Amino acid sequence: MAKEHEVKLVSVESPNLIPERDKQYPLVLEVSHLGIDFGGLTAVDEFNMALGKTEICGLIGPNGAGKTTVFNLLTKVYQPTRGTILLDGKDTHGMNTTKVNQAGIARTFQNIRLFDKLSVEDNVKIGLHNHINYGMMNGVLRLPKYWKEEKRAHEKAMELLSIFDMEHLAKDEAGSLPYGAQRRLEICRALATGPKVLLLDEPAAGMNPSETAELMDNIRKIRDTFHISILLIEHDMNLVMGICESIVVLNFGKIIAKGTPSEIQNNPQVIEAYLGKQREV
Amino acid sequence: MKKGSKRASGAFLNYGIVIVFYIVFQILSSTGHLSSSFSGQLIPICTYVIMALSLNLVVGFSGELSLGHAGFMSVGAFSGVIASVALQNYVTVSSVRLFLAILVGAAIAAIAGIVIGVPVLRLQGDYLAIVTLAFGEIIKNILNCLYVAVDKNGLHFSMTDATSMNLEPENVVILNGPMGALGVKKISTFLSGIILILVVLFIIQNLVNSRSGRAIAGIRDNRIAAEACGIQITKYKMMAFVTSAAMAGSAGALYALNFSTVVPKKFDFNTSILILVFVVLGGIGNLRGSIIAAAILTVLPELLRQFQDYRMLVYAIVLIMVMLITNNEKAQALRQRFIKTLFKNKKKEAV
Ligand SMILES: Nc1ncnc2c1ncn2[C@@H]1O[C@H](COP(=O)(O)OP(=O)(O)OP(=O)(O)O)[C@@H](O)[C@H]1O
Ligand SMILES: [Mg+2]
Repeated sequence: MAKEHEVKLVSVESPNLIPERDKQYPLVLEVSHLGIDFGGLTAVDEFNMALGKTEICGLIGPNGAGKTTVFNLLTKVYQPTRGTILLDGKDTHGMNTTKVNQAGIARTFQNIRLFDKLSVEDNVKIGLHNHINYGMMNGVLRLPKYWKEEKRAHEKAMELLSIFDMEHLAKDEAGSLPYGAQRRLEICRALATGPKVLLLDEPAAGMNPSETAELMDNIRKIRDTFHISILLIEHDMNLVMGICESIVVLNFGKIIAKGTPSEIQNNPQVIEAYLGKQREV
Repeated sequence: MKKGSKRASGAFLNYGIVIVFYIVFQILSSTGHLSSSFSGQLIPICTYVIMALSLNLVVGFSGELSLGHAGFMSVGAFSGVIASVALQNYVTVSSVRLFLAILVGAAIAAIAGIVIGVPVLRLQGDYLAIVTLAFGEIIKNILNCLYVAVDKNGLHFSMTDATSMNLEPENVVILNGPMGALGVKKISTFLSGIILILVVLFIIQNLVNSRSGRAIAGIRDNRIAAEACGIQITKYKMMAFVTSAAMAGSAGALYALNFSTVVPKKFDFNTSILILVFVVLGGIGNLRGSIIAAAILTVLPELLRQFQDYRMLVYAIVLIMVMLITNNEKAQALRQRFIKTLFKNKKKEAV
C-alpha cells in the first residue's frame, strides 16, 4: 500500500525553492514565500513547500521553530505578512478561517480545542455542519427534513468515530475524555468537515507507545480511505520516520531541509539543528 | 441514547412544569383562593419568565452578555400597544388582536436586534455588553419624547409634542411622551402568557438541539475551533441574538397590554439587570432554572409584604440562598444525594 504512494523527490540546490517534488503527482497544496512577522519578530520566513495528492508529509523542527505558526498561516488563524497559498490551484488570499475550511483545509490543535461541554457526537456533528442540509426553520419546527438529515448526520458521525473505535463514547462530554481520546476526537471532527488537506499538530503528544503505534496505522488508514493529503507536526521521530513519505525541517522559522525520511536522517544540518540535540536530551 | 433521551425528557418536563403552574393557579384563582394583588402578578410572571428564557439564549447558549434586554422589551411593548390600538377597529376579537400585537412587537424588536447585531457581533470581545447597555438607555430616552396618535388618516408620529401632529378632531393619542401609553385596553390573559412561554420554550429547546444550535454552542465553547470547522461565526451569533430580541419583544407586548398605562421608564437598566439576575440565579444555560427563578423572584416582593421593614433583608437572604443552592458545587452534590436517597427509599418500599 505504502509503495503505491512512495514519492520520488527531485533534489534541488536550495531547499527553499519549489518544485522539489515529482511533478507527476497532482499537487493539492502549493505554498510559496509564506511568512509572518509579529512586531519585530519574524516567526516564519520564505516557507516554500508543495503537498501532493494523498501524500503524508511531516513538518519537524525544534521547539519554537514556527511549525504551529505555519498551520495558523495555512488556516488563516494568522493573516500571512507575505506569500501565497494555493489550494487545488486556487489562491486562498482574502479567505478567513471559515472559508479556508470550506475550501478544504481541516486541522487539529496542539493545545486541544474541543467543544468541551458538548457530547463527543455533537463535536463530530459540528464538523459535519456544512454537510447537513437544513436550516433554522426545519430545526425549530422539526420538519421531516430535520429528522432525515439528523439521522444521516448521526450515522456519519458514528462512522467517523468508528475509525478510532470511539462509538461507545458518543454520548460522553468531550471535555471529560482522557487526553489521547480527545486528540483522536479532534481528528474525527476535522475529517468530518470533508477536507482535501488534513493538518495534524502533534497528534501523538501525550500518547503512550502503543497508542502511538495505533495512531500511525490509523493515519495511514485515513489517508487510504479518504484519499486526502496529510501534513503533520510531530516530535516523535518513530512516528514521523515511520509514516511520512516526505519531511520538511524548520528551524528559526526557515526551512533548512526537505526530503525523504532517510535523506533527512542523514542530513548533517538537520542532525545539528534538531535530531542531534534530541539524542543528547 | 442515554443522554439524548434524558435531554428530550428534560424538555418535556419544562413544558410540564409550565402547564402544571397554569392549572394550579387557574384553579386557585377560579375558586377565589388568590388575592387580587397576587393574581395581578400572573401576567408579569409570564413576561419575566419569557424575558429570562430569551436572555438565557444569549447569555447561556451563545455566551454573549446583553445588558439592555429591557430595551427590546420596551420596543416590543410600545410597538405592541401601537399595533393593538391601530387595529382596534379592524380586529375586534381581542385574542386575535393580542396575537397580532405580539407578532408586531416581536418583529420590531427583531429589527432592533439586527440593527445592533450587524455591526457589533462581528467584533470579538465584550462589545455587545457595552452596546446593548447604551441601546437600553437610548430606547428609553427616545420613547420618552415620542408621541404617537391615530386618527382617520392613519398613524401620526412626533418627537416634540402631541399638538404638532395636526390631528383630526376625532383621534386617539397612543403614546404621550414621558407619560407613556395611556388608556391601553387590557387584552393580555394568563392563558396567552402561558401559551407564549410554551412557544418560546419550544423554539429555544428545538433550536438548541439542532444544527444551528450546535453551531451556536460550538462558537461559545471554542470560537477558533468553530471557525476551523467551517462555521460562520457572525451568522450564528446573529441568529441567537435576534431570536432572543424577538422573544423579548413579544414578552414586552404581552406585558404592556396587561396594564392600562405603560411608561418608558419601566424598561430601564434596573429591569435589564433584574432579568440578568434571574438568568444567573437560575443557572446560566439552564432553562428550567430561568423559569423557576423568574417566577419566584417576581412574586417574592409581593409575598414579603408581611415582613414590612425587613422585606429587603429577607429578599437579599433569599437571593443568596438561591445562589448557593443553584451554583454551589457542594450544595449541588448534597441535592443530588438527597434525590438519590429519596429514590432509594421509594424503591425499597416498592420491593
Ligand atoms: N501570536 C503570536 N505573537 C507573537 N509571537 C508568536 C505568536 N505565535 C507564535 N509566536 C512566536 O513564533 C515562534 C514560533 O512559535 P510556534 O508555536 O509556531 O513554534 P512551534 O514550532 O510550534 O513550537 P512547539 O514545538 O513548541 O510547538 C515562537 O518564537 C513564538 O513565540
Ligand atoms: Mg507547535
